[in-house]
Amino acid sequence: MIRQLFILSSKGDPLLFRDFRGETGDDVVNVFYQKVTALPGDQPPVVMTLRDLHFLHIRQGGLYWVATTTADSSPFTIVEFLNRLAALVKDYCGGLSEKSVQMNFALIYELLDEVLDYGHIQTTSSDMLKNFLQSEAVSSRPFSLFDLSNVGLFGADTQQSKVAPSSAAARPIQASREQGGRSEIFVDVVERMSVVVGSNGVLMKADVEGEIRVKCFMPSCSEIRIGLNEELSIGKSQLRGYGAAVRVDRCSFHQGVRLDEFDSHRILRLCPSQGEQTVMQYQLTDDLPTAPPFRLFPTIERDGTGRLILFLKLRCDLPPKSSAVNVCASVPVPKGAVSLSQELSSPDQSAELQSQNRAVVWQIPRLAGGTQLSALFKLDVPGLSSASMLEVGPVGLSFELPKFSATGLQIRFLRLSPVQPAPSQRWVRYVTHSDSYSIRI
Amino acid sequence: MPYLGGEETVRELKRALSNPNVQAEPLRYRNTVLRVVRAMSQGVNVSGLFSEMVKACATVDVVQKKLVYMFLCSYASLNPELSLLVINTLRKDCQDPNPMVRSLALRNMSNLRLPSLVEYVEQPLTAGLRDRAACVRRVAVLGWAKLYNLQPGSDIDAAVVNELYSLLRDPDPVVMVNCLRALDEILKEEGGVVINKPITHHLLNRMKECDVWGQCEVLRVLQRYRPQSDDELFDILSLLDASLVSPHPPVMAATLSLFLSLCADLPAVSLAALERVSGPLLAACGSGSREMRFTALCHIQLLMRSVPGLMGPHFKRFFCGYAEPAYIKQRKMQIMVELVNDENVSMLLDELKGYCTDVNTDTAQAAIQAIGHIGRSYSDRCLEILTGLLGLKQDHITSAVVQTLRDLVWVCPQCSDTVCSALEGCEETLQDSQGRQALLWLLGVYGDGVSSAPYTLEAFIDGVKSEVSLGVKMELLTATMRLFLTRPAETQDMLGRLLHYCIEEETDMCVRDLGLLYYHLLKCGIEETRNVLQGRRSDPSLGVLIGRPAQPISQWACSFNTLEPLKKGGTVTQTASRGSPEHEASKPKTAVELPETLDCSTISPIPLFWKCWRLKLSVV
Repeated sequence: MIRQLFILSSKGDPLLFRDFRGETGDDVVNVFYQKVTALPGDQPPVVMTLRDLHFLHIRQGGLYWVATTTADSSPFTIVEFLNRLAALVKDYCGGLSEKSVQMNFALIYELLDEVLDYGHIQTTSSDMLKNFLQSEAVSSRPFSLFDLSNVGLFGADTQQSKVAPSSAAARPIQASREQGGRSEIFVDVVERMSVVVGSNGVLMKADVEGEIRVKCFMPSCSEIRIGLNEELSIGKSQLRGYGAAVRVDRCSFHQGVRLDEFDSHRILRLCPSQGEQTVMQYQLTDDLPTAPPFRLFPTIERDGTGRLILFLKLRCDLPPKSSAVNVCASVPVPKGAVSLSQELSSPDQSAELQSQNRAVVWQIPRLAGGTQLSALFKLDVPGLSSASMLEVGPVGLSFELPKFSATGLQIRFLRLSPVQPAPSQRWVRYVTHSDSYSIRI
Repeated sequence: MPYLGGEETVRELKRALSNPNVQAEPLRYRNTVLRVVRAMSQGVNVSGLFSEMVKACATVDVVQKKLVYMFLCSYASLNPELSLLVINTLRKDCQDPNPMVRSLALRNMSNLRLPSLVEYVEQPLTAGLRDRAACVRRVAVLGWAKLYNLQPGSDIDAAVVNELYSLLRDPDPVVMVNCLRALDEILKEEGGVVINKPITHHLLNRMKECDVWGQCEVLRVLQRYRPQSDDELFDILSLLDASLVSPHPPVMAATLSLFLSLCADLPAVSLAALERVSGPLLAACGSGSREMRFTALCHIQLLMRSVPGLMGPHFKRFFCGYAEPAYIKQRKMQIMVELVNDENVSMLLDELKGYCTDVNTDTAQAAIQAIGHIGRSYSDRCLEILTGLLGLKQDHITSAVVQTLRDLVWVCPQCSDTVCSALEGCEETLQDSQGRQALLWLLGVYGDGVSSAPYTLEAFIDGVKSEVSLGVKMELLTATMRLFLTRPAETQDMLGRLLHYCIEEETDMCVRDLGLLYYHLLKCGIEETRNVLQGRRSDPSLGVLIGRPAQPISQWACSFNTLEPLKKGGTVTQTASRGSPEHEASKPKTAVELPETLDCSTISPIPLFWKCWRLKLSVV
């Protein structure tokens, strides 16, 4: 049971407040924010208690989503609910930010009223909710020249229109009802890797958490069929087909997915509701089908003048056609490092010393498969001792691999049935993120 | 936060709301109402606009209606008389052909929270229970719960309760679940909604129709049911097996809760359920939402109290991601410590070693403590890591290492040689009082093994005047006394100076008393002193080191799926805030013996202080 629910900006401004039971005072928002600011760091614990007030919060889109509740409530339920609420707000407002919440507060109040009654969760299905919500979403996306880049000269169709911009799915779902919203469906295969590579280059751990998300902007969509790789096998023992099998350890499906063709042909059938939903989740542990995407060859030494010299070679082992974007390597350095001099192999890279995080952060906007980059960092560390080398800890990499799935899962086809009367667009996207990719030195 | 310029805004909004031109244009009218509600949610007191908003409520625009109702519900308690005017509009809306308008009116009517209006609300609520549209029935059912909570102690209308029980058979699953919730609140004093066999079976059969939230509610209510036979029990269990491994963590947790309460007398079945649930729980640990990860981790810790080996094969899943928040990292380390065995110890230690230099000092200290904990079983490897960390010469790391070494030596006395050789030079980096206390304790107890111990203590004694920490001063006294017993020639002079300072100059009563106590103890003779001060060097209660014994499930079953496991500290006791390990020992033997070893007749010289420290002794 949820007594109150409020949304705070990261600076503590109340954006929304709703009291469902009228049992406790109104100053809970301040009580919560005082508790948050009283703590060191910016990571307050998920549950905070003051007398009989129990605050449970999540962070999404830079906002605090807070519920006050009773001590015997299920944390799983409330955390899941807050996540779902944030997803709904994102669906209806087209994005999650302080600004979009502020601009659409009437819509969100309306949503909250339908989702919670007297603190009890009623429904969070967007199919049900769309009948009740009347307010129009206000899109907060500023006008940008980039939006025009897809339109060719004099409206001619260019090659570029075959590729949807990454922001295409960030729009309110309800706009599709009237005013020219395109009838589109996005199927995304999103994977998160967490990898630990030992100091000798041996893979210590490699986990992949993946999901297939469907984001539907069609006013009425009866059924879609998503075909996965036919040789996909689930579990350790099962093997299908010949050659390189695509394997996952566990998978689970959304309630609405019909699996009658899954065993024979690996086809998922479902009737998507508007907005975003996770259709399938799967995990793969310790058995990547390909080599890990990055390898790092570090050399660390002290030169005569007490400077620390880091020479890093980063090799991208992706297939030559794919590439990694927004690669960022963070190398922990000894405390007290004062200045950094750098030699990078190409001008688009950058590196800086973040003394607050005690790390050198090396940014690489794009790294193509099969290539190698190097960087030489010289750090002035007063009082550098041989023991300080211990502080040069595991290197953390964060990256995005567009058009790549680490498990090898592919979508063979995406069919709408019956065929839509209006022209509809279907998009399939793959992306692999780093959840945590650390390489020990 | 009071919003500056609020009054001006309210005046301006009032003008706009009562402007006939604005009222004539629906869109402008709605926008003005929107501005009022926006001001309200920003914390401006707009209660002064109540009568204008009541007028704005009579409109055909549903969006405007919703906004006005929200405003009215927030301020109704301040304007009970004016609220009466709204009731008419609301009652009219309850007759509207559009079910959405009916449910909206009914919900807000019951949300006004005014006891004086109850009589007007009852009739529409009764009608609402029999409405054709499910969305109206949903609202009406919860409306009764709101009504009863508004007038605590009032009689419960048996007819309504019966009607609600019969609505458990409503075709709409949300109405059914709302009935459970409403009955639970109305019949709170009688122990909530009655769950008998037919209701249980009805609910179980209809669970499939409910969404995740409804299923959780049904599972929660079913915990009250006691099956009449073993056959029935196992039928229920097998029916629920699919939800036990549900991909939705809330359903999985609620089902396990129900399993544990149903099988309280069948430990074997409960253990099997824990095994089964470990898969989905692990999956939740890898969830994209870090709050969900944290929740799952805390509950895994709970499960591991009964099945320590539950997660053994999956220890790699608990390696920390470098960008994870500190609260997750600390829980993961607590779990990793529990999972150590001969095969994985080197991997786990390698991983933990990486966290010791984390930017977040709490994480770094927790990692060092975790290594110390593993050191109880694998002391050589851990000591190597810990002593290596001392070379970093960073205050927070050195402090955590010294404290960890102290705790380690207390349970594994065989490590003392390595520890002694590592202690040299630590005092230069130590800053905080916890770390210095730990160092002093070690120097006192193992001073014979540290060649520079007297010099270190001397430096402390020279600086005692500027020392602020009470704990450090007390520890310094005891350590110097102990060192005096093992190395009298080097320590005698400085002990004299320290005792003189403590008795003559120190202003803190505790330190002065302890100084006096030691002074008189020394007068009793060296043997007496030795008896008192050279007690145990290690924890006698520890025999062979074994893992934590498995607890029965009933010890934690009631806190499963509540907020309890998520609270700070969790299941593992924090050892951070104490001076020396004896303070934690189960039997404070030395303290009990103290009065006997003292002969009161010998303490004549300073009679003035006698009273004070007798007080002190009785406190001990």
